[in-house]
Amino acid sequence: MLNLELKLNPKIFEEVEQKPIRDGYGDALIEAGEKNHNIVVLTADLAESTRAHKFAARFPERFIECGVSEQNMAGIAAGLAVSGKISFISSYATFSPGKNWETIRTTIIYNNANVKIAGHHSGIVTGPDGATHQATEDIAIMRCLPNVRVISPCDYWEAKKATLYSVEEYGPFYLRYVRDKTPVITTEETPFRFGKIEKFWISKNENAEIAIMATGHLVYQALLAAKELEEEGIDVYVLNVHTIKPLDEEKILEVANKVKGIVTLEDHQINGGMGSAIAEVIVQKSENKPKMIFLGLQNTFGESGKPDELIKKYGMDKEAVKNAVKKLLTF
Amino acid sequence: MINSLDENKLKFLEEKANEIRRLIIETLVEAGSGHSAGPLGMADIFSALYFHILKFDPRNPFWDERDRLVLSNGHICPVQYVTMALAGYFSIEELKTLRKINTRLQGHPHRAVLPGIENTSGPLGEGISQAIGMAIAAKLDKKDYHIYCITSDGEHQEGNTWEAYMFLGKNQLDNLTIIIDRNYIQIDGITENVMPLEPLKQKLESFGLHVLEVDGHNIRAFIDAINEARSEWKRTSVIIAYTIPGKGVSFMEKKFEWHGKPPDKEEAKKALDELRTLGGKIESEHQ
Ligand SMILES: Cc1ncc(C[n+]2csc(CCOP(=O)(O)OP(=O)(O)O)c2C)c(N)n1
Ligand SMILES: [Mg+2]
Repeated sequence: MLNLELKLNPKIFEEVEQKPIRDGYGDALIEAGEKNHNIVVLTADLAESTRAHKFAARFPERFIECGVSEQNMAGIAAGLAVSGKISFISSYATFSPGKNWETIRTTIIYNNANVKIAGHHSGIVTGPDGATHQATEDIAIMRCLPNVRVISPCDYWEAKKATLYSVEEYGPFYLRYVRDKTPVITTEETPFRFGKIEKFWISKNENAEIAIMATGHLVYQALLAAKELEEEGIDVYVLNVHTIKPLDEEKILEVANKVKGIVTLEDHQINGGMGSAIAEVIVQKSENKPKMIFLGLQNTFGESGKPDELIKKYGMDKEAVKNAVKKLLTF
Repeated sequence: MINSLDENKLKFLEEKANEIRRLIIETLVEAGSGHSAGPLGMADIFSALYFHILKFDPRNPFWDERDRLVLSNGHICPVQYVTMALAGYFSIEELKTLRKINTRLQGHPHRAVLPGIENTSGPLGEGISQAIGMAIAAKLDKKDYHIYCITSDGEHQEGNTWEAYMFLGKNQLDNLTIIIDRNYIQIDGITENVMPLEPLKQKLESFGLHVLEVDGHNIRAFIDAINEARSEWKRTSVIIAYTIPGKGVSFMEKKFEWHGKPPDKEEAKKALDELRTLGGKIESEHQ
């Protein structure tokens, strides 16, 4: 059942409200910009679709339009940051941190500059634009770097809180946002605890055999699966992994020692993503070694299509989750 | 050299351009997302390329001797898909699959699924480098096909574009012609407000390139420019083609707001009406 202690959206299984995760970014920038005059926002010809345009209208003197030049934008952000500013760079994740990855690695991350990298249009749910615009490797290329925090929020509210949190802590952050409207899973009251994995779906007697660990908008698919499995008499946990780096090892080990199987779910390549990160912890540190099934892109690129068609075709929807849970139960 | 252009052929190309524009509108409405302004602005040039300039065989898209058309600004692919369909690469019917699941007509062109597409694109600034690679390969293989690369003005803000030009300044590949869609718009506004490119011609010349300027809606002038480019054998030619984004649909013309959205049904009807009245006559506003 839904973990009510976390004040999740009670209407999640009814007509759930839909709101774009990227709006959480845009709204947080305005709020943060109001309070903190050191915040500067940069874009590379994508002000509106990254939702930086509202900040641009409100604080034009602290908004920097770089034109289509992602490497340049990363370097400028680093220069600003080592001079006392807090820089947010806004583009599509395939281009930033995709195209400008090495500039980010050196000038922002190795350099320990206070830059927040906002990667938009993440995941296959970017839809009709096709694979060139769907960031499906960004978690992997960012989490492999030392000295960076990686957050993949599950909905609008979490995106807003994560963005605001990133201002509070000095240093490089990678924040992952989604284009389309997605279900609002949490509420304004839900606590955001950086670095913590939270149980969104709990088992009645705390004795579920399978845990589903999901990140980003797919947490919703995991919850739908959990509800339908419950109706079939199958108990699971659903854990929301918003912070992918640093990973909540304690929680992972606690769960791994209790269950016989773990399903990981991410709108990203399974190679090097959140599932891999969790497996690294379990393989190295867990007494119990539950079997794992990784759901996400199975070593293939995405394609054009509607978001719901795509998550179905590529095995990231609730049906895929249910099947994976059942398969793990047979081991 | 390209065949000379008689009045009948010119008329044919102008009418084709109008057909391309109408199909772009129909295709975009059906897709429900995609780019309008850039594709409409490049319809005349695509008509000239596919129906007069390029050497290709739609039934044998991998023909070794074919000319290569590298589209660097992949988001304007609706104009290329439509023109390819009219040229016989695939059926007009298939245009309805644009941007839909399981389609060969990906939102941004993908070489691996659609024969006739020479390069996967969408991320900006990557086309000229690939065209250089193709031009060098042609020289190594002693082939005489030509490589044309279409690139947008917005892409000229990417460092990669200038890295490629610098390479050309040194290596001067005469089997490569670059065509810039100079329409003065990008996503966030007018190029000269977002990040000025002017004086573009002088910048390119200072890199050692042979630069020509042409009205991108004047098909005859464009073909003349291609001929002039191809008769220059010491330097790589760059043709700055001045175009009007949204050309042919009055409410889209020169509006950056139409960069990345499709018309709705109502707007499409208006656009198609206008284009039908226009017939093959695109008046040249740059002259
Ligand atoms: C590397 C990269 N950065 C950003 C984008 C997003 N983008 C797509 S089109 C575009 C505007 C480019 O201007 P231009 O090609 O001149 O646009 P048009 O004239 O067709 O409207 C941008 C920034 C991209 N596709 N690739
Ligand atoms: Mg342009």
